[in-house]
Amino acid sequence: MLDCGLDMTSTLNFLPLPLVQSPRLSNLPGWSLKDGSAFLDKELKECSGHVFVDSVPEFCLPETELIDLSTVDVILISNYHCMMALPYITEHTGFTGTVYATEPTVQIGRLLMEELVNFIERVPKAQSASLWKNKDIQRLLPSPLKDAVEVSTWRRCYTMQEVNSALSKIQLVGYSQKIELFGAVQVTPLSSGYALGSSNWIIQSHYEKVSYVSGSSLLTTHPQPMDQASLKNSDVLILTGLTQIPTANPDGMVGEFCSNLALTVRNGGNVLVPCYPSGVIYDLLECLYQYIDSAGLSNIPFYFISPVANSSLEFSQIFAEWLCHNKQTKVYLPEPPFPHAELIQTNKLKHYPSLHGDFSSDFRQPCVVFTGHPSLRFGDVVHFMELWGKSSLNTVIFTEPDFSYLEALAPYQPLAMKCIYCPIDTRLNFIQVSKLLKEVQPLHVVCPEQYTQPPPAQSHRMDLMIDCQPPAMSYRRAEVLALPFKRRYEKIEIMPELADALVPMEIKPGISLATVSAVLHTKDNKHVLQPPPRPAQPSGGKKRKRASEDIPDCKVLKPLLSGSIPVEQFVQTLEKHGFSDIKVEDTAKGHIVLLQEAETLIQIEEDSTHIICDNDEMLRVRLRDLVLKFLQKF
Amino acid sequence: MDPECSQLLPALCAVLADPRQPMVDDTCLEKLLDWFKTITEAGSSLLLLQENPCLVELLCHVLKPQDLSSRVLSFSLRLTGVFAAQEDCFQYLQQGELLPRLFGEAGPLGGAAWTAPTVRSGWIQGLRSLAQHPSALHFLADCGAVDTIFSLQGDSSLFVASAAGQLLVHILSLSMRGPAEGPPSLQADDWPPCAQKIVGHIEESLRSTATPQITQALNVLTTTFSHCHDPWTQVLWVQLHPLVAALLQKDPVPAAHSLVDLLLSVARPQALRAQAFAVLLQPLACVLQATAQGPGPSGLLDSTAADSVTADMLLPSKAACVGLLCQTLAHLELLLPLPQRPCPWPQAPLLGAAVTLLQLCRGSGSPASDAGRQLCALLLGCVRVQRAALDFLGTLSQETGPPELVTQVFAVLLEYLRSPDSSPTVLKKAFQATFRWLLSSPRTPGCSDLDSHTLLFLRELLPVLQKRLCSPCWEVRDSGLEFLTQMTRRWGGQAGFRHALLASEVPRLTEQLLRDPESYVRASAVTAMGQLSSQGLCVPPAGPEHPGSQQKSLLGELLHILSTDSEGFPRRAVMQVFTQWLRDSHADVVGDTEQFVAGVLQVAGQDLDWEVRAQGLELALVFLEQMLGPPRSHCPYAVTPPVAAPAGPLTQALQSLCRVRLFEFAFRALFDCDRPVAQKSCDLLLLLRAKTASSSSLQEPRSSPDVASVEAALQRWRAGDQAQPLGDLEPEVVLAVLRSMDLEGLRGALAESSDHVEKSPQSLLQDMLATVGILGENEADCY
Repeated sequence: MLDCGLDMTSTLNFLPLPLVQSPRLSNLPGWSLKDGSAFLDKELKECSGHVFVDSVPEFCLPETELIDLSTVDVILISNYHCMMALPYITEHTGFTGTVYATEPTVQIGRLLMEELVNFIERVPKAQSASLWKNKDIQRLLPSPLKDAVEVSTWRRCYTMQEVNSALSKIQLVGYSQKIELFGAVQVTPLSSGYALGSSNWIIQSHYEKVSYVSGSSLLTTHPQPMDQASLKNSDVLILTGLTQIPTANPDGMVGEFCSNLALTVRNGGNVLVPCYPSGVIYDLLECLYQYIDSAGLSNIPFYFISPVANSSLEFSQIFAEWLCHNKQTKVYLPEPPFPHAELIQTNKLKHYPSLHGDFSSDFRQPCVVFTGHPSLRFGDVVHFMELWGKSSLNTVIFTEPDFSYLEALAPYQPLAMKCIYCPIDTRLNFIQVSKLLKEVQPLHVVCPEQYTQPPPAQSHRMDLMIDCQPPAMSYRRAEVLALPFKRRYEKIEIMPELADALVPMEIKPGISLATVSAVLHTKDNKHVLQPPPRPAQPSGGKKRKRASEDIPDCKVLKPLLSGSIPVEQFVQTLEKHGFSDIKVEDTAKGHIVLLQEAETLIQIEEDSTHIICDNDEMLRVRLRDLVLKFLQKF
Repeated sequence: MDPECSQLLPALCAVLADPRQPMVDDTCLEKLLDWFKTITEAGSSLLLLQENPCLVELLCHVLKPQDLSSRVLSFSLRLTGVFAAQEDCFQYLQQGELLPRLFGEAGPLGGAAWTAPTVRSGWIQGLRSLAQHPSALHFLADCGAVDTIFSLQGDSSLFVASAAGQLLVHILSLSMRGPAEGPPSLQADDWPPCAQKIVGHIEESLRSTATPQITQALNVLTTTFSHCHDPWTQVLWVQLHPLVAALLQKDPVPAAHSLVDLLLSVARPQALRAQAFAVLLQPLACVLQATAQGPGPSGLLDSTAADSVTADMLLPSKAACVGLLCQTLAHLELLLPLPQRPCPWPQAPLLGAAVTLLQLCRGSGSPASDAGRQLCALLLGCVRVQRAALDFLGTLSQETGPPELVTQVFAVLLEYLRSPDSSPTVLKKAFQATFRWLLSSPRTPGCSDLDSHTLLFLRELLPVLQKRLCSPCWEVRDSGLEFLTQMTRRWGGQAGFRHALLASEVPRLTEQLLRDPESYVRASAVTAMGQLSSQGLCVPPAGPEHPGSQQKSLLGELLHILSTDSEGFPRRAVMQVFTQWLRDSHADVVGDTEQFVAGVLQVAGQDLDWEVRAQGLELALVFLEQMLGPPRSHCPYAVTPPVAAPAGPLTQALQSLCRVRLFEFAFRALFDCDRPVAQKSCDLLLLLRAKTASSSSLQEPRSSPDVASVEAALQRWRAGDQAQPLGDLEPEVVLAVLRSMDLEGLRGALAESSDHVEKSPQSLLQDMLATVGILGENEADCY
């Protein structure tokens, strides 16, 4: 199984979980059907023309109907965003396989899960709505609830215990490490340049190579650069995890982010940045480190609030070997690779596990707050939205591309605060993909259907699709796809003593052949030629019988023949041996030599020779021996 | 010629005439020739020769059989031509039979020296110089020079051959310019004999079977037709064209390249221009066609031409496409303001093409065809095309366009200004183009304010500008500020603009950029703030909700920058703002002008940047004019009543100048090590002296002890010791010092460039003599 991401957009259908009691949210009117029946008013609330589920938020799990996850042997994880569904799989499906991921992926993935669990568990909600999921009722609901798919499979968040259990099943791997899977294939993670420890995977046998490219980046940000060279010579390249916003250039967006941040703060407003606790935030802090002095923002406090803020900031500094070259060299100076260390030291950046506690006493405005969750449905961000939403001096800047910012904002409407959408997605865009494919030259590309055509809203943008030759094979949800290659060969090992015994004969310059008699031993998808057992010594009793049961019978081997028969010389030889009245006919596949007197036919074809004579075994053997003279035996 | 040179000249002529003194450096001879050209252009050659007989002696001397260097001979021939260009001098030289001996059969022409190409070249150039008047034509005819020129057309030296051809063209056109009695006849048979002879030679050459001869004739004709469009050239063409046409019928066509050049030079210019323009428009026609929503011509080219235009020419590669489009746009931009631009000018389609290109580069266009989509993919994000198209779009603002297109122009400009993907250079161009289009936007009749559409645009523009002023990229902040300054200068007095600007955060942000870490941005912020403040568009100082900014007047802030900023640009900008404020009687200045001027001059005088000091003098000049009145007009037609400055106010004015220590500042600047500063100061003091000259009440004996001590101090300053201040000066003392100073002399000295000594003809002559040891003791200039 390649990756197991969690679809969190389902949470957008739920009301936010306020950390502090919010009169506005708790007093929202219940929703009633058109006919006035109000049996859903406990579960559904109306806010600014939208209807939300008033319940613990639920997530949409990976497909479980189509495949039995207990039959999955291995899960390969590309990056920490693509493992958020792992506890659901390892803990509830009978999964007994192994999960492979790099160390930073696991550590930061743990932080993300921990934050998620913490956000949801610290606002206990008694109510769990389920009535609305009834298919007959769901049909009557307004969009987007009406159109939500597979709502019956939506699940509440996992617990920390499940997280720990899931993570314990992960086997840590390093870049370029070769891992044997049941002898059948070898898998290798490669740096993908997107996030700390993010990987692409190579899955290869001796004669076939499949690359799985997911969440990769060619931009120079903090992680180790993408390893492109190792992706060469792939039979199939499975391509996914491209940028979600191909029209937004990350550089431009960072500039936009800084400009809007400065503009707000200079006017005395606060800036709220809903974000994940790891990833782009490191790059943003680095940009701000360079920018705040020049923009005269040195006195403005920057707050990073997350239950895992401290760990995230510290982890980033210790994964030196997973960082880009520049940052790695800093470690030897020794300096912290990320400049946020200095921001913390100089008190410009302060981090808190929650807005309760120290933060409330340190809090000073105007300020910039980085906090989660980007969906705006849970986490400390909910509080700041409620607190700052009423003033047009304040600004919320969306940098994470995973959620539609308009949907995220829906339960906070009407909103006076300014909203800026600067999605920063460093993953590959289509131009970079086409460069990558030119460089790597896979025989076939397999990708989601969406990548093979321009976005529906911009149908003229031919540049917003994958352009490669041969055209990419696309797949869609629940489609079964046969990868376009056949396994033709298997590699077989030969035991040394057997190899010693071979006597090669050169049949053409540079090509030698040898016959081998051996036993093919196949176990764990490994094939080994072993010496055949010695011919059974005639010794009496049961022993002999048992031996013959164990070892297959070895017949006396006939020699193998090779070579071709030159017809003219063959005819001459026949004449020399007394045959006359010989006629040669050319056929499509070779020749027929006709011995009219003897009423005999010799059919000579590329891969067979037949002697057809009427019940004259003597003659046949004589002719056979003449034929054999022209062939090599071994 | 100045006496020093006249003195040196005989010795130099002697050196030149002496074969034992070889002139190694022939650039000296070129310089000498240039010098004589300058002298003869300014005055009479005849007089020159009469005053310096050594020159004629030199020319006579070179004719004697001797081993004179070919360079000197060539020089003498060319020099003779320079002198003989004036008809009276020509006659003078003719009397001495000097000209036929130099240029005729008897001269170098028949001798061994003729083998040197430089002599042949000198002979041609000499004739080229002297062939300026009818007498010269007669001379040429009499001495048989024209035949020699014919033969030199085939000279082994390309320079000589080419010069010979050009000389023929010159002689032909000189002879056709004819005598004073009237224009030459349009009948070729009536043409002057010299012209007939040349035309006859050309005809003969055109009939020749030898390609070199044909080529020579064609080249002479091409030069003639390209340089002269008098009616006789048409007659010439009518006479010769059958011969040219005959050449075209030969197989192979002889001298094909020269023939093409000739045909191009005689083609009708208007028709050619139209064709060239059509070629220039093709790439843009392609763009319009590739993106057109429906079939039909794009409007840039007529339908027949448009049919042949396909987008294929643009599509083969990104580099080709981008290169072609950028070139096209640059050429069209240059063409637009020219009077000879094609008429009618296809303004609307060009505007459409520029807008379309900009949309394609952003991916915001909606091309309907495959070619359009491909074009879009090629141009997407291409900064070069964006820059070229924005420049071109800006230039197109000189003309109007259909309203719906103008709306599109503003929309696309706003799109570029808004886009986070616009690179700093593209943004700068977008700002410039926007300003130009705003300038050209229509005014409401009877009202100078911006029209309602423009104001609406402005309201959308200001938030964008706000954001750009906070950009992390300093180039963007800088171009945003420049744009703001331009806008404020233009519309700062208009209600609609003022209202929109004051409702935005732009003034406050601009104030904050005075403390930007980048000096260019600080400088632009200073200029912008100066402008805003002049127009009363500065916001009141930040309130308590903005703890970041200090409560400080703008004047104080600018003075702070002037005295402490480590970079020159912001300080220069401050001085310019202050000068403008003083000129405009800015409210902050009017309160206590003297204190303002005194403070600024004190700081500026100590500045290490000479431009700041020079700007200080500019400010001092403005102050001086305000005190004493503007300088008298130098226009000879201006009516200037003879006004003598009244003594009373003059005394007060001078006292005021003394109080602000303007004199100390100006005197210090007078001895500034940077020449522009000293020059400016000198001009200022001269102006002051002229202003006060008519005043009688302030006449004081210049022997008072104060005057002496000031003069002594100034002497020390001049020597480089400026430590001692002048102290408080009395107006009388200042005037006395001013009168005693040789300011005119100083101005003359300062006006000369620092290498004026080395460049003088005297220095040249001395150098030439020094190299041959005549002036052994003379210190040769070192280059």
